Amino acid sequence: MAMLGSINGVLMEGLDGDNTWHLKDYVARGGYQQLKRILDNNISQEEVIGEVKKSVLRGRGGAGFPTGLKWSFMPRSFPGDKYVVCNTDEGEPGTFKDRDIMRYNPHAVIEGMAIAAYAMGATRGYNYVHGEVWMEYKRFEEALDEARAAGFIGQNILGSGFNFELFAHHGYGAYICGEETALLESIEGKKGQPRFKPPFPASFGLYGKPTTINNTETFASIPFILKMGGEEFLNLGKPNNGGTKLFSVSGHVNRPGNYEIPLGTPFATLLEMCGGMRGGRKLKAVIPGGSSAPVMRAEVIMDCTMDYDSISKGGSMLGSGAVIVMDETVCMVKALERLSFFYYEESCGQCTPCREGTAWMYKVVHRIENGQGKPEDIDLLNSVLGNIAGRTICALGDAAAFPVQSFLKQFGSEFEYHIEHKTCLVPKDVQWAGSGFHRVQA
Amino acid sequence: MFSAETLEKFDREVAKYPVEQKQSAVMACLAHAQEEKGWLPPEAIEAVANYLAMPPMAAYEVASFYNMYDLKPVGKYKITICTNLPCALSGGYHAGEYVQKKLGIGYGETTADGKFTLKEGECMGACGDAPVFIVNNRSMCSHMHPEQIDKLLEECK
Repeated sequence: MAMLGSINGVLMEGLDGDNTWHLKDYVARGGYQQLKRILDNNISQEEVIGEVKKSVLRGRGGAGFPTGLKWSFMPRSFPGDKYVVCNTDEGEPGTFKDRDIMRYNPHAVIEGMAIAAYAMGATRGYNYVHGEVWMEYKRFEEALDEARAAGFIGQNILGSGFNFELFAHHGYGAYICGEETALLESIEGKKGQPRFKPPFPASFGLYGKPTTINNTETFASIPFILKMGGEEFLNLGKPNNGGTKLFSVSGHVNRPGNYEIPLGTPFATLLEMCGGMRGGRKLKAVIPGGSSAPVMRAEVIMDCTMDYDSISKGGSMLGSGAVIVMDETVCMVKALERLSFFYYEESCGQCTPCREGTAWMYKVVHRIENGQGKPEDIDLLNSVLGNIAGRTICALGDAAAFPVQSFLKQFGSEFEYHIEHKTCLVPKDVQWAGSGFHRVQA
Repeated sequence: MFSAETLEKFDREVAKYPVEQKQSAVMACLAHAQEEKGWLPPEAIEAVANYLAMPPMAAYEVASFYNMYDLKPVGKYKITICTNLPCALSGGYHAGEYVQKKLGIGYGETTADGKFTLKEGECMGACGDAPVFIVNNRSMCSHMHPEQIDKLLEECK
């Protein structure tokens, strides 16, 4: 099944799981028509970028930066090699939408990248694929072979004189490579450690050449934006939040999975589409945009709509659209302990505040969870996270600090209870009851 | 050091990058080398480095940075289990406990017969299908409840 549900779906509409990803199916859905229209009619680079700007498509990888604006930063008339790079290094806990795009509609990514390359004067591109997803990487390579054979990528595309060579690069297990400059280092065959910015990739990117990096879903949206026009795409969503977006819903819902809905759809509607809470349990908390986004209490998110502005007003961020749903059986200390371990494990080690700070945060949350917390630990955590946020080369430090900060702010009483009573507020035998795991003895 | 088939895979990777940027292929070549050898002994890393005309230390840096490379021997089947929060909410912890009990080993350990190695993994980007396992870095297994786990272990001959 390609998509568990959609409202006014665009990217994933008309797909039938593993059966309709091939070139012929994509072409039958109107695929590669936009690339062809642009090349046949010599539509100018400015016009393509203008249409993307009109759509108010915002980067789907997490930062939400306006795509059209990002494209306009590229020095398109600069002589020499320029690159477009797709970020399919999808490792933000809770996010699994790009995997489905790669599985079910890989040609939309290829066409989107080819159009982007044309608009920015790039002649080479790479799609960096998350190391853990091998089947999707192989499928993308197959799709590239199909597109190359049909003349949609390669030299002199559709007889237009436009050249664009595109390849897939497979990661091998490093969350940090989702950071765009770490990703570039990784393509260059090095450790994935982020670069200091500026210079930004638009002036000094892959192999030191001008480069633009966008998320998979961002590229996949491009052909559809050009087909329906920027304005119509914008109107699918709400002002300043153009289009539909894929939401990956995980955790305690009846039907975890990907849902494509217009930005601005109420959270309550999304929850309903997922079949509601598993076992009819009570909603406790939601992380609305991947593990790095601040956690929200149930009553706050129930009043939000799923778009950049509403979630930001509610005190968190839409991020990659990864919605982690937690019911009343979750111990928030235990939940934060696991997230803190993740950032400790994945810190690349380059900046001291992050390398040392993530270890400290994990250590302290771990001891609180295990009944060895001290009353001063909450202040200690706040002090450590304050010394990480904003003091590192990349955003991983912030991403590690935000969950700690927000869990303490929203669920501080649970941490205090743990410290005082050396045990959890949620009885041990109830914890994780909502996991749905068919428990039997091994 | 490597089979003709593996060398062919190396060449295919090198061809993806500009001629003067052969080092870009190091990640893929190390992965293919590991697939052939079962793990990455220092000699294999050095051979990959030589093949790509890069310093062996630079290749070693890559091999030790990315966590899907195995710098020590592992069992015939390396099972990596995601226990990150979204998976844990849907049974990731329980699935891990179940496999550990069943194989009698903990995370980071290998069974005495050298057949299985268990690893605790980080987000695999498949949280909707939790619990999720990856076997030998390549094969992703979804919805791993006891019945599916029993079947998987059975199939690992």
